[in-house]
Amino acid sequence: MPTITFITPDGERHQVDAKPGISVMQAAMANDIGGIVAECGGSAMCATCHVYVGDDHADRLDPVGEVEHEMLECTTSERTGSSRLSCQIEVSDELDGLEVYLPESQV
Amino acid sequence: MQVSPTNGIGADRPVNAQDPFDLEILANPYAFHEELREAGPIVWLEHYGLWGMGRFEEVHATLNDWQTFCSSAGVGISDFRKEKPWREPSILLEKDPPEHDRARSAMTKVLSPVAIRKLRADFEAFAEELVEQLVAKGEFDAVTDLAEVFPLKVFPDALGLESGERDYLLRYGNIAFNAFGPRNSLFEESMAEMPEVAKWINARCDRAKLSPDGLGAEIFGFADEGKITEHEAGMLVRSLLTAGVDTTVNGIGCALRSLAAHPEQWAALRDDPTLVRNAFEETLRYDSPVQTFFRTTTRPVDIGGVQVGEGEKVLMFLGAANRDPRKWENADQFDIRRKAAGHVGFGSGVHGCVGQMIARLEAEVVLKALTKRVHTLELTGEPTPKLNNTLRGWAHIPVRVTAK
Ligand code: HEM
Ligand code: FES
Repeated sequence: MPTITFITPDGERHQVDAKPGISVMQAAMANDIGGIVAECGGSAMCATCHVYVGDDHADRLDPVGEVEHEMLECTTSERTGSSRLSCQIEVSDELDGLEVYLPESQV
Repeated sequence: MQVSPTNGIGADRPVNAQDPFDLEILANPYAFHEELREAGPIVWLEHYGLWGMGRFEEVHATLNDWQTFCSSAGVGISDFRKEKPWREPSILLEKDPPEHDRARSAMTKVLSPVAIRKLRADFEAFAEELVEQLVAKGEFDAVTDLAEVFPLKVFPDALGLESGERDYLLRYGNIAFNAFGPRNSLFEESMAEMPEVAKWINARCDRAKLSPDGLGAEIFGFADEGKITEHEAGMLVRSLLTAGVDTTVNGIGCALRSLAAHPEQWAALRDDPTLVRNAFEETLRYDSPVQTFFRTTTRPVDIGGVQVGEGEKVLMFLGAANRDPRKWENADQFDIRRKAAGHVGFGSGVHGCVGQMIARLEAEVVLKALTKRVHTLELTGEPTPKLNNTLRGWAHIPVRVTAK
Protein backbone atom coordinates (compact mmCIF):
# COMPACT_ATOMS: atom_id res chain seq x y z
CA MET A 1 0.00 0.00 0.00
CA PRO A 2 1.29 3.51 -0.74
CA THR A 3 2.49 5.48 2.26
CA ILE A 4 1.99 9.19 2.86
CA THR A 5 3.84 11.26 5.42
CA PHE A 6 2.16 14.22 7.12
CA ILE A 7 4.58 16.75 8.60
CA THR A 8 3.33 19.14 11.27
CA PRO A 9 4.45 22.77 11.53
CA ASP A 10 6.73 21.58 14.39
CA GLY A 11 8.39 19.10 12.10
CA GLU A 12 6.75 15.99 13.57
CA ARG A 13 6.35 13.25 10.96
CA HIS A 14 3.38 10.86 10.76
CA GLN A 15 3.61 8.14 8.19
CA VAL A 16 0.36 6.38 7.23
CA ASP A 17 -0.67 3.65 4.79
CA ALA A 18 -3.30 4.79 2.33
CA LYS A 19 -5.46 2.71 0.03
CA PRO A 20 -5.25 3.74 -3.64
CA GLY A 21 -8.44 5.53 -4.67
CA ILE A 22 -9.11 7.38 -1.43
CA SER A 23 -8.07 11.01 -1.04
CA VAL A 24 -5.11 12.24 0.97
CA MET A 25 -7.66 14.00 3.19
CA GLN A 26 -9.44 10.69 3.85
CA ALA A 27 -6.12 9.05 4.67
CA ALA A 28 -5.49 11.80 7.23
CA MET A 29 -8.95 11.47 8.76
CA ALA A 30 -8.72 7.68 8.97
CA ASN A 31 -5.45 8.03 10.88
CA ASP A 32 -6.52 10.86 13.19
CA ILE A 33 -4.00 13.29 11.81
CA GLY A 34 -4.78 16.53 13.63
CA GLY A 35 -4.40 19.67 11.57
CA ILE A 36 -6.83 18.63 8.86
CA VAL A 37 -10.42 19.62 9.58
CA ALA A 38 -12.17 18.71 6.31
CA GLU A 39 -15.47 20.16 7.39
CA CYS A 40 -17.14 19.65 4.01
CA GLY A 41 -16.12 16.03 3.80
CA GLY A 42 -14.25 16.42 0.54
CA SER A 43 -16.60 18.47 -1.65
CA ALA A 44 -13.99 21.20 -2.22
CA MET A 45 -16.23 23.68 -0.42
CA CYS A 46 -14.53 24.50 2.88
CA ALA A 47 -10.76 24.89 2.32
CA THR A 48 -10.07 23.29 5.72
CA CYS A 49 -8.03 20.40 4.31
CA HIS A 50 -5.24 22.67 3.08
CA VAL A 51 -1.74 21.17 2.81
CA TYR A 52 1.58 22.13 1.25
CA VAL A 53 3.21 19.64 -1.07
CA GLY A 54 6.98 19.87 -1.30
CA ASP A 55 8.46 20.81 -4.69
CA ASP A 56 10.09 17.42 -4.99
CA HIS A 57 6.65 15.80 -5.03
CA ALA A 58 4.47 18.46 -6.63
CA ASP A 59 5.06 17.34 -10.20
CA ARG A 60 3.70 13.90 -9.38
CA LEU A 61 0.23 15.39 -8.79
CA ASP A 62 -2.48 16.35 -11.26
CA PRO A 63 -2.57 20.10 -11.72
CA VAL A 64 -4.86 22.23 -9.53
CA GLY A 65 -8.42 22.15 -10.89
CA GLU A 66 -10.61 25.21 -11.35
CA VAL A 67 -12.75 24.72 -8.26
CA GLU A 68 -9.71 23.77 -6.18
CA HIS A 69 -8.05 26.97 -7.35
CA GLU A 70 -11.06 29.04 -6.21
CA MET A 71 -11.10 27.34 -2.86
CA LEU A 72 -7.37 27.76 -2.28
CA GLU A 73 -8.08 31.48 -2.27
CA CYS A 74 -10.03 30.84 0.93
CA THR A 75 -7.43 29.13 3.12
CA THR A 76 -6.73 30.51 6.57
CA SER A 77 -3.00 29.91 6.41
CA GLU A 78 -1.21 31.62 3.57
CA ARG A 79 -1.59 30.14 0.09
CA THR A 80 1.74 29.45 -1.58
CA GLY A 81 2.77 27.83 -4.82
CA SER A 82 2.80 24.49 -2.93
CA SER A 83 -0.76 24.77 -1.61
CA ARG A 84 -3.21 21.99 -2.38
CA LEU A 85 -6.52 20.75 -1.04
CA SER A 86 -5.82 17.29 0.32
CA CYS A 87 -9.38 16.19 -0.52
CA GLN A 88 -8.60 16.71 -4.20
CA ILE A 89 -5.46 14.53 -4.25
CA GLU A 90 -6.24 10.91 -5.03
CA VAL A 91 -3.89 8.34 -3.55
CA SER A 92 -2.30 6.03 -6.10
CA ASP A 93 0.71 3.73 -6.27
CA GLU A 94 2.55 6.48 -8.14
CA LEU A 95 2.17 8.73 -5.09
CA ASP A 96 3.87 6.25 -2.75
CA GLY A 97 6.14 8.17 -0.38
CA LEU A 98 4.30 11.49 -0.80
CA GLU A 99 5.16 14.09 1.84
CA VAL A 100 2.70 16.81 2.73
CA TYR A 101 3.19 19.67 5.17
CA LEU A 102 0.33 20.76 7.42
CA PRO A 103 -0.41 24.47 7.76
CA GLU A 104 -0.46 26.41 11.05
CA SER A 105 -4.26 26.58 11.05
CA GLN A 106 -7.27 25.55 9.01
CA VAL A 107 -10.07 27.68 10.47
CA MET B 1 -26.36 -14.34 -3.45
CA GLN B 2 -27.67 -15.45 -6.81
CA VAL B 3 -27.58 -12.78 -9.40
CA SER B 4 -30.42 -12.05 -11.74
CA PRO B 5 -29.38 -11.38 -15.33
CA THR B 6 -32.35 -9.12 -16.09
CA ASN B 7 -32.89 -5.45 -15.40
CA GLY B 8 -33.97 -5.93 -11.88
CA ILE B 9 -36.78 -8.27 -12.82
CA GLY B 10 -35.11 -11.26 -11.18
CA ALA B 11 -36.76 -12.86 -8.18
CA ASP B 12 -33.59 -12.83 -6.12
CA ARG B 13 -33.02 -9.11 -5.76
CA PRO B 14 -33.87 -7.65 -2.34
CA VAL B 15 -37.38 -6.21 -2.39
CA ASN B 16 -39.32 -3.87 -0.14
CA ALA B 17 -43.04 -3.29 -0.60
CA GLN B 18 -43.50 -0.13 1.46
CA ASP B 19 -44.16 3.33 0.06
CA PRO B 20 -41.25 5.49 1.30
CA PHE B 21 -43.34 8.61 0.59
CA ASP B 22 -46.24 7.42 2.71
CA LEU B 23 -47.09 10.23 5.11
CA GLU B 24 -46.55 8.10 8.19
CA ILE B 25 -43.13 7.01 7.01
CA LEU B 26 -42.20 10.60 6.16
CA ALA B 27 -43.22 11.63 9.68
CA ASN B 28 -40.96 8.99 11.18
CA PRO B 29 -38.74 7.29 8.59
CA TYR B 30 -36.23 5.52 10.80
CA ALA B 31 -37.85 2.09 11.15
CA PHE B 32 -38.27 1.98 7.37
CA HIS B 33 -34.66 3.06 6.89
CA GLU B 34 -33.50 0.15 8.99
CA GLU B 35 -35.59 -2.29 6.96
CA LEU B 36 -34.09 -0.89 3.80
CA ARG B 37 -30.48 -1.11 5.02
CA GLU B 38 -30.96 -4.62 6.30
CA ALA B 39 -32.59 -5.82 3.08
CA GLY B 40 -29.44 -5.24 1.03
CA PRO B 41 -27.01 -2.82 -0.57
CA ILE B 42 -29.69 -1.83 -3.07
CA VAL B 43 -33.34 -2.75 -2.81
CA TRP B 44 -36.15 -2.88 -5.35
CA LEU B 45 -38.94 -0.57 -4.13
CA GLU B 46 -41.87 -2.41 -5.55
CA HIS B 47 -44.40 0.32 -4.88
CA TYR B 48 -42.82 2.58 -7.49
CA GLY B 49 -40.75 0.15 -9.54
CA LEU B 50 -37.38 1.72 -8.76
CA TRP B 51 -34.35 1.15 -6.58
CA GLY B 52 -33.60 2.40 -3.08
CA MET B 53 -30.30 2.62 -1.24
CA GLY B 54 -29.91 3.03 2.50
CA ARG B 55 -26.36 1.99 3.37
CA PHE B 56 -23.64 4.59 3.76
CA GLU B 57 -21.02 2.97 1.57
CA GLU B 58 -23.25 2.58 -1.48
CA VAL B 59 -24.94 5.97 -1.09
CA HIS B 60 -21.56 7.67 -0.79
CA ALA B 61 -20.17 5.78 -3.78
CA THR B 62 -23.26 6.64 -5.85
CA LEU B 63 -22.98 10.34 -5.04
CA ASN B 64 -19.37 10.19 -6.19
CA ASP B 65 -19.98 8.38 -9.48
CA TRP B 66 -21.84 10.84 -11.69
CA GLN B 67 -20.67 8.96 -14.78
CA THR B 68 -22.83 5.97 -13.82
CA PHE B 69 -25.49 7.75 -11.78
CA CYS B 70 -26.49 10.89 -13.62
CA SER B 71 -28.49 13.87 -12.46
CA SER B 72 -29.50 15.11 -15.91
CA ALA B 73 -32.53 12.80 -16.05
CA GLY B 74 -33.80 14.56 -12.92
CA VAL B 75 -32.99 14.14 -9.25
CA GLY B 76 -36.64 13.51 -8.44
CA ILE B 77 -38.80 10.50 -9.25
CA SER B 78 -39.71 11.76 -12.70
CA ASP B 79 -37.47 10.74 -15.59
CA PHE B 80 -36.83 13.79 -17.76
CA ARG B 81 -36.16 11.54 -20.70
CA LYS B 82 -39.73 10.28 -20.53
CA GLU B 83 -41.66 13.10 -18.88
CA LYS B 84 -41.61 16.84 -19.30
CA PRO B 85 -40.14 18.49 -16.16
CA TRP B 86 -42.52 20.75 -14.21
CA ARG B 87 -40.08 23.63 -14.60
CA GLU B 88 -37.01 24.30 -16.71
CA PRO B 89 -34.34 21.96 -15.25
CA SER B 90 -31.77 23.53 -12.95
CA ILE B 91 -28.48 24.25 -14.70
CA LEU B 92 -26.70 23.09 -11.55
CA LEU B 93 -28.63 20.37 -9.77
CA GLU B 94 -30.01 18.70 -12.88
CA LYS B 95 -26.97 18.75 -15.15
CA ASP B 96 -23.93 16.47 -15.41
CA PRO B 97 -20.33 17.49 -16.01
CA PRO B 98 -19.03 19.04 -18.17
CA GLU B 99 -22.20 21.18 -18.58
CA HIS B 100 -22.58 21.35 -14.81
CA ASP B 101 -19.10 22.77 -14.21
CA ARG B 102 -19.57 26.28 -15.57
CA ALA B 103 -22.46 27.15 -13.30
CA ARG B 104 -20.84 25.28 -10.44
CA SER B 105 -17.61 27.22 -10.61
CA ALA B 106 -19.52 30.54 -10.67
CA MET B 107 -21.53 29.49 -7.63
CA THR B 108 -18.45 28.23 -5.82
CA LYS B 109 -17.03 31.70 -6.09
CA VAL B 110 -20.19 33.45 -4.93
CA LEU B 111 -20.61 31.13 -1.93
CA SER B 112 -16.95 30.52 -1.03
CA PRO B 113 -15.73 30.64 2.58
CA VAL B 114 -14.16 34.05 1.93
CA ALA B 115 -17.43 35.45 0.55
CA ILE B 116 -19.31 33.97 3.48
CA ARG B 117 -16.95 35.50 6.06
CA LYS B 118 -18.20 38.92 4.99
CA LEU B 119 -21.74 37.98 6.01
CA ARG B 120 -20.83 36.89 9.51
CA ALA B 121 -21.14 40.19 11.36
CA ASP B 122 -24.67 40.91 10.09
CA PHE B 123 -25.80 37.35 10.74
CA GLU B 124 -24.45 37.45 14.29
CA ALA B 125 -26.09 40.74 15.07
CA PHE B 126 -29.52 39.56 13.97
CA ALA B 127 -29.16 36.22 15.80
CA GLU B 128 -28.33 38.01 19.05
CA GLU B 129 -31.21 40.43 18.67
CA LEU B 130 -33.69 37.67 17.93
CA VAL B 131 -32.52 35.42 20.76
CA GLU B 132 -32.64 38.28 23.23
CA GLN B 133 -36.31 38.86 22.40
CA LEU B 134 -37.14 35.18 22.66
CA VAL B 135 -35.40 34.74 25.98
CA ALA B 136 -37.45 37.65 27.30
CA LYS B 137 -40.60 35.83 26.17
CA GLY B 138 -39.56 32.59 27.87
CA GLU B 139 -41.93 30.37 25.90
CA PHE B 140 -42.02 30.33 22.13
CA ASP B 141 -42.25 28.19 19.00
CA ALA B 142 -38.69 27.29 17.98
CA VAL B 143 -39.80 27.01 14.35
CA THR B 144 -42.15 29.90 13.61
CA ASP B 145 -40.41 32.29 16.02
CA LEU B 146 -36.80 31.33 15.31
CA ALA B 147 -35.89 28.64 12.75
CA GLU B 148 -38.03 30.35 10.09
CA VAL B 149 -37.50 33.95 11.08
CA PHE B 150 -33.72 33.87 11.03
CA PRO B 151 -32.99 32.41 7.55
CA LEU B 152 -35.92 34.30 6.04
CA LYS B 153 -34.24 37.53 6.96
CA VAL B 154 -30.52 36.94 6.59
CA PHE B 155 -30.40 34.79 3.48
CA PRO B 156 -32.62 36.84 1.13
CA ASP B 157 -30.94 39.98 2.51
CA ALA B 158 -27.55 38.54 1.55
CA LEU B 159 -28.89 37.70 -1.87
CA GLY B 160 -30.19 41.24 -2.29
CA LEU B 161 -33.91 40.46 -2.41
CA GLU B 162 -36.31 43.23 -1.48
CA SER B 163 -38.00 42.73 1.87
CA GLY B 164 -41.67 41.90 2.35
CA GLU B 165 -43.84 38.87 1.56
CA ARG B 166 -40.98 36.53 2.24
CA ASP B 167 -43.21 33.66 3.29
CA TYR B 168 -43.49 33.08 -0.46
CA LEU B 169 -39.97 31.72 -0.22
CA LEU B 170 -41.00 29.04 2.26
CA ARG B 171 -43.93 28.13 0.07
CA TYR B 172 -41.68 27.90 -2.99
CA GLY B 173 -39.14 25.69 -1.26
CA ASN B 174 -41.90 23.45 -0.02
CA ILE B 175 -43.29 23.12 -3.55
CA ALA B 176 -39.94 22.47 -5.20
CA PHE B 177 -38.91 19.80 -2.70
CA ASN B 178 -42.33 18.11 -2.82
CA ALA B 179 -42.02 18.04 -6.60
CA PHE B 180 -39.06 15.62 -6.43
CA GLY B 181 -41.46 13.03 -5.02
CA PRO B 182 -44.38 11.01 -6.44
CA ARG B 183 -47.82 12.44 -7.18
CA ASN B 184 -49.15 12.00 -3.67
CA SER B 185 -51.26 14.46 -1.70
CA LEU B 186 -48.19 16.57 -0.82
CA PHE B 187 -47.29 16.87 -4.49
CA GLU B 188 -50.84 17.77 -5.59
CA GLU B 189 -51.27 20.40 -2.88
CA SER B 190 -47.95 21.94 -3.87
CA MET B 191 -48.74 22.00 -7.55
CA ALA B 192 -52.03 23.77 -6.85
CA GLU B 193 -50.11 26.63 -5.25
CA MET B 194 -47.38 26.63 -7.85
CA PRO B 195 -48.63 29.17 -10.44
CA GLU B 196 -49.09 31.94 -7.89
CA VAL B 197 -45.84 31.26 -6.04
CA ALA B 198 -43.69 30.72 -9.13
CA LYS B 199 -44.89 34.03 -10.53
CA TRP B 200 -43.74 35.82 -7.38
CA ILE B 201 -40.36 34.03 -7.41
CA ASN B 202 -39.65 34.58 -11.10
CA ALA B 203 -40.32 38.28 -10.74
CA ARG B 204 -37.71 38.40 -7.92
CA CYS B 205 -34.99 36.65 -9.93
CA ASP B 206 -34.87 39.58 -12.31
CA ARG B 207 -31.65 41.60 -12.28
CA ALA B 208 -33.44 44.92 -11.84
CA LYS B 209 -35.12 43.65 -8.69
CA LEU B 210 -31.91 42.70 -6.89
CA SER B 211 -29.86 45.12 -4.82
CA PRO B 212 -26.50 45.89 -6.47
CA ASP B 213 -24.37 44.72 -3.52
CA GLY B 214 -25.89 41.28 -2.94
CA LEU B 215 -24.92 37.76 -4.00
CA GLY B 216 -27.61 37.85 -6.69
CA ALA B 217 -26.01 40.84 -8.38
CA GLU B 218 -22.68 39.03 -8.20
CA ILE B 219 -24.20 36.13 -10.13
CA PHE B 220 -25.40 38.56 -12.79
CA GLY B 221 -21.84 39.87 -12.86
CA PHE B 222 -20.79 36.52 -14.33
CA ALA B 223 -23.28 37.13 -17.11
CA ASP B 224 -21.59 40.49 -17.81
CA GLU B 225 -18.26 38.70 -18.03
CA GLY B 226 -19.78 36.29 -20.52
CA LYS B 227 -19.23 33.27 -18.28
CA ILE B 228 -22.95 32.48 -18.22
CA THR B 229 -25.94 33.94 -20.05
CA GLU B 230 -28.32 36.48 -18.55
CA HIS B 231 -31.03 33.83 -18.51
CA GLU B 232 -28.74 31.37 -16.72
CA ALA B 233 -27.91 33.98 -14.09
CA GLY B 234 -31.62 34.30 -13.34
CA MET B 235 -31.85 30.51 -13.13
CA LEU B 236 -29.01 30.42 -10.62
CA VAL B 237 -30.65 33.04 -8.44
CA ARG B 238 -33.77 30.88 -8.56
CA SER B 239 -31.66 27.86 -7.54
CA LEU B 240 -30.45 29.70 -4.48
CA LEU B 241 -33.95 30.72 -3.52
CA THR B 242 -35.15 27.13 -3.93
CA ALA B 243 -32.28 25.39 -2.22
CA GLY B 244 -31.24 27.93 0.37
CA VAL B 245 -34.24 28.69 2.54
CA ASP B 246 -36.34 25.66 3.52
CA THR B 247 -33.20 23.58 3.92
CA THR B 248 -31.69 25.88 6.53
CA VAL B 249 -35.04 26.43 8.23
CA ASN B 250 -35.30 22.68 8.63
CA GLY B 251 -31.64 22.33 9.57
CA ILE B 252 -31.95 24.87 12.37
CA GLY B 253 -35.30 23.39 13.39
CA CYS B 254 -33.86 19.87 13.55
CA ALA B 255 -30.96 21.12 15.66
CA LEU B 256 -33.26 22.86 18.12
CA ARG B 257 -35.59 19.88 18.34
CA SER B 258 -32.75 17.46 19.02
CA LEU B 259 -31.15 19.75 21.60
CA ALA B 260 -34.45 20.39 23.39
CA ALA B 261 -35.22 16.67 23.41
CA HIS B 262 -31.77 15.81 24.83
CA PRO B 263 -31.22 18.12 27.80
CA GLU B 264 -27.77 16.68 28.58
CA GLN B 265 -26.66 17.53 25.04
CA TRP B 266 -27.98 21.06 25.39
CA ALA B 267 -26.14 21.43 28.69
CA ALA B 268 -22.90 20.19 27.11
CA LEU B 269 -23.25 22.70 24.29
CA ARG B 270 -24.11 25.59 26.59
CA ASP B 271 -21.09 24.81 28.77
CA ASP B 272 -18.75 24.44 25.80
CA PRO B 273 -19.87 26.60 22.87
CA THR B 274 -16.81 25.51 20.84
CA LEU B 275 -18.97 22.45 20.10
CA VAL B 276 -21.49 24.54 18.17
CA ARG B 277 -20.29 23.74 14.66
CA ASN B 278 -19.92 20.08 15.45
CA ALA B 279 -23.39 20.02 17.00
CA PHE B 280 -24.76 21.16 13.65
CA GLU B 281 -22.82 18.47 11.78
CA GLU B 282 -24.29 15.92 14.15
CA THR B 283 -27.76 17.34 13.51
CA LEU B 284 -27.29 16.90 9.77
CA ARG B 285 -26.29 13.32 10.37
CA TYR B 286 -28.91 12.49 12.98
CA ASP B 287 -31.93 14.19 11.42
CA SER B 288 -30.87 14.96 7.86
CA PRO B 289 -32.95 17.91 6.58
CA VAL B 290 -32.54 16.69 2.99
CA GLN B 291 -33.57 13.06 3.20
CA THR B 292 -33.48 11.84 -0.38
CA PHE B 293 -32.37 12.49 -3.92
CA PHE B 294 -32.62 10.36 -7.04
CA ARG B 295 -30.11 9.45 -9.71
CA THR B 296 -30.60 7.61 -13.01
CA THR B 297 -28.23 4.91 -14.23
CA THR B 298 -26.40 5.53 -17.48
CA ARG B 299 -25.31 1.89 -17.90
CA PRO B 300 -25.97 -1.52 -16.35
CA VAL B 301 -24.17 -1.74 -13.02
CA ASP B 302 -23.53 -4.33 -10.34
CA ILE B 303 -24.12 -3.11 -6.80
CA GLY B 304 -23.03 -5.57 -4.17
CA GLY B 305 -24.05 -8.47 -6.41
CA VAL B 306 -27.39 -6.98 -7.48
CA GLN B 307 -27.71 -6.20 -11.18
CA VAL B 308 -29.21 -2.81 -11.97
CA GLY B 309 -30.12 -1.99 -15.55
CA GLU B 310 -29.52 1.12 -17.60
CA GLY B 311 -31.92 4.06 -17.33
CA GLU B 312 -33.24 3.01 -13.92
CA LYS B 313 -34.07 5.39 -11.11
CA VAL B 314 -32.14 4.98 -7.87
CA LEU B 315 -33.37 6.71 -4.72
CA MET B 316 -30.55 7.52 -2.29
CA PHE B 317 -31.69 7.77 1.33
CA LEU B 318 -29.17 10.23 2.74
CA GLY B 319 -30.90 10.14 6.11
CA ALA B 320 -30.61 6.34 6.25
CA ALA B 321 -26.94 6.37 5.22
CA ASN B 322 -26.26 8.87 7.97
CA ARG B 323 -27.58 6.38 10.51
CA ASP B 324 -26.04 3.26 9.05
CA PRO B 325 -24.54 1.24 11.93
CA ARG B 326 -21.96 -0.12 9.46
CA LYS B 327 -20.51 3.39 9.40
CA TRP B 328 -21.54 5.02 12.69
CA GLU B 329 -21.19 3.77 16.24
CA ASN B 330 -24.46 4.14 18.18
CA ALA B 331 -25.92 5.54 15.00
CA ASP B 332 -29.32 6.32 16.54
CA GLN B 333 -27.79 8.38 19.32
CA PHE B 334 -27.60 12.18 19.10
CA ASP B 335 -24.10 13.01 20.32
CA ILE B 336 -22.78 16.50 19.62
CA ARG B 337 -19.23 15.41 20.45
CA ARG B 338 -19.00 12.67 17.85
CA LYS B 339 -16.90 13.06 14.72
CA ALA B 340 -19.82 13.64 12.37
CA ALA B 341 -17.86 15.17 9.48
CA GLY B 342 -18.07 12.95 6.43
CA HIS B 343 -21.86 12.46 6.66
CA VAL B 344 -23.81 12.79 3.42
CA GLY B 345 -26.35 15.32 4.71
CA PHE B 346 -25.00 17.82 2.18
CA GLY B 347 -24.52 15.13 -0.45
CA SER B 348 -20.99 14.49 -1.72
CA GLY B 349 -19.08 14.71 -4.97
CA VAL B 350 -19.72 17.11 -7.84
CA HIS B 351 -23.22 18.07 -6.65
CA GLY B 352 -22.26 18.30 -2.97
CA CYS B 353 -24.11 21.27 -1.49
CA VAL B 354 -22.63 24.48 -2.79
CA GLY B 355 -24.42 26.43 -0.03
CA GLN B 356 -23.03 24.42 2.84
CA MET B 357 -20.77 27.10 4.24
CA ILE B 358 -23.60 29.60 4.45
CA ALA B 359 -25.87 26.96 6.00
CA ARG B 360 -23.20 26.22 8.62
CA LEU B 361 -22.75 29.90 9.35
CA GLU B 362 -26.49 30.42 9.87
CA ALA B 363 -26.77 27.49 12.26
CA GLU B 364 -23.59 28.44 14.07
CA VAL B 365 -24.60 32.00 14.87
CA VAL B 366 -28.09 30.97 16.01
CA LEU B 367 -26.80 28.23 18.29
CA LYS B 368 -24.01 30.41 19.60
CA ALA B 369 -26.42 33.22 20.44
CA LEU B 370 -28.53 30.70 22.36
CA THR B 371 -25.55 29.37 24.32
CA LYS B 372 -24.77 32.92 25.44
CA ARG B 373 -28.18 33.69 26.89
CA VAL B 374 -30.05 30.47 27.56
CA HIS B 375 -29.58 28.26 30.60
CA THR B 376 -32.19 25.54 30.06
CA LEU B 377 -34.01 24.66 26.86
CA GLU B 378 -36.92 22.25 27.06
CA LEU B 379 -39.92 21.07 25.09
CA THR B 380 -43.33 22.08 26.43
CA GLY B 381 -45.22 19.79 24.07
CA GLU B 382 -44.79 17.33 21.22
CA PRO B 383 -43.17 18.88 18.15
CA THR B 384 -45.28 18.65 14.98
CA PRO B 385 -43.42 17.27 11.96
CA LYS B 386 -43.58 19.20 8.72
CA LEU B 387 -44.17 16.67 5.97
CA ASN B 388 -42.43 17.03 2.64
CA ASN B 389 -41.45 14.52 -0.05
CA THR B 390 -37.75 15.39 0.27
CA LEU B 391 -37.19 17.42 3.40
CA ARG B 392 -37.35 16.42 7.01
CA GLY B 393 -38.27 19.11 9.47
CA TRP B 394 -40.69 20.44 12.02
CA ALA B 395 -43.70 22.72 11.65
CA HIS B 396 -43.82 23.55 15.37
CA ILE B 397 -41.52 22.96 18.31
CA PRO B 398 -42.99 24.44 21.49
CA VAL B 399 -40.18 25.26 23.92
CA ARG B 400 -39.46 27.04 27.16
CA VAL B 401 -36.10 28.62 27.96
CA THR B 402 -34.66 30.06 31.14
CA ALA B 403 -32.18 32.91 31.01
CA LYS B 404 -28.56 32.44 31.98
C1 HEM C 1 -28.85 22.60 6.12
C2 HEM C 1 -29.05 23.12 4.94
C3 HEM C 1 -28.82 22.41 3.63
C4 HEM C 1 -28.82 21.08 3.34
C5 HEM C 1 -29.07 19.92 4.27
C6 HEM C 1 -28.52 20.95 1.93
C7 HEM C 1 -28.41 19.75 1.25
C8 HEM C 1 -28.02 19.60 -0.05
C9 HEM C 1 -27.79 18.35 -0.72
C10 HEM C 1 -27.98 16.98 -0.09
C11 HEM C 1 -27.39 18.61 -1.99
C12 HEM C 1 -26.98 17.58 -3.04
C13 HEM C 1 -27.98 17.39 -4.14
C14 HEM C 1 -27.63 16.23 -5.04
O1 HEM C 1 -26.65 15.52 -4.79
O2 HEM C 1 -28.36 16.00 -6.02
C15 HEM C 1 -27.38 20.04 -2.14
C16 HEM C 1 -27.06 20.70 -3.30
C17 HEM C 1 -27.21 22.07 -3.46
N1 HEM C 1 -27.45 22.99 -2.45
FE1 HEM C 1 -27.79 22.59 -0.51
N2 HEM C 1 -28.36 22.18 1.40
C18 HEM C 1 -28.52 23.11 2.40
C19 HEM C 1 -28.40 24.49 2.29
C20 HEM C 1 -28.18 25.15 1.12
C21 HEM C 1 -28.06 26.58 1.00
C22 HEM C 1 -28.13 27.57 2.14
C23 HEM C 1 -27.89 26.84 -0.33
C24 HEM C 1 -27.72 28.16 -1.02
C25 HEM C 1 -26.97 29.12 -0.59
C26 HEM C 1 -27.88 25.58 -1.03
C27 HEM C 1 -27.73 25.43 -2.38
C28 HEM C 1 -27.52 24.23 -3.03
C29 HEM C 1 -27.35 24.11 -4.47
C30 HEM C 1 -27.39 25.26 -5.47
C31 HEM C 1 -27.14 22.76 -4.74
C32 HEM C 1 -26.88 22.10 -6.09
C33 HEM C 1 -25.40 21.95 -6.28
C34 HEM C 1 -25.02 21.20 -7.53
O3 HEM C 1 -25.86 20.48 -8.09
O4 HEM C 1 -23.87 21.36 -7.96
N3 HEM C 1 -28.04 24.58 -0.12
N4 HEM C 1 -27.76 20.63 -0.94
S1 FES D 1 -12.46 18.80 2.74
FE1 FES D 1 -13.46 20.67 2.36
S2 FES D 1 -12.27 21.49 0.79
FE2 FES D 1 -11.28 19.63 1.16
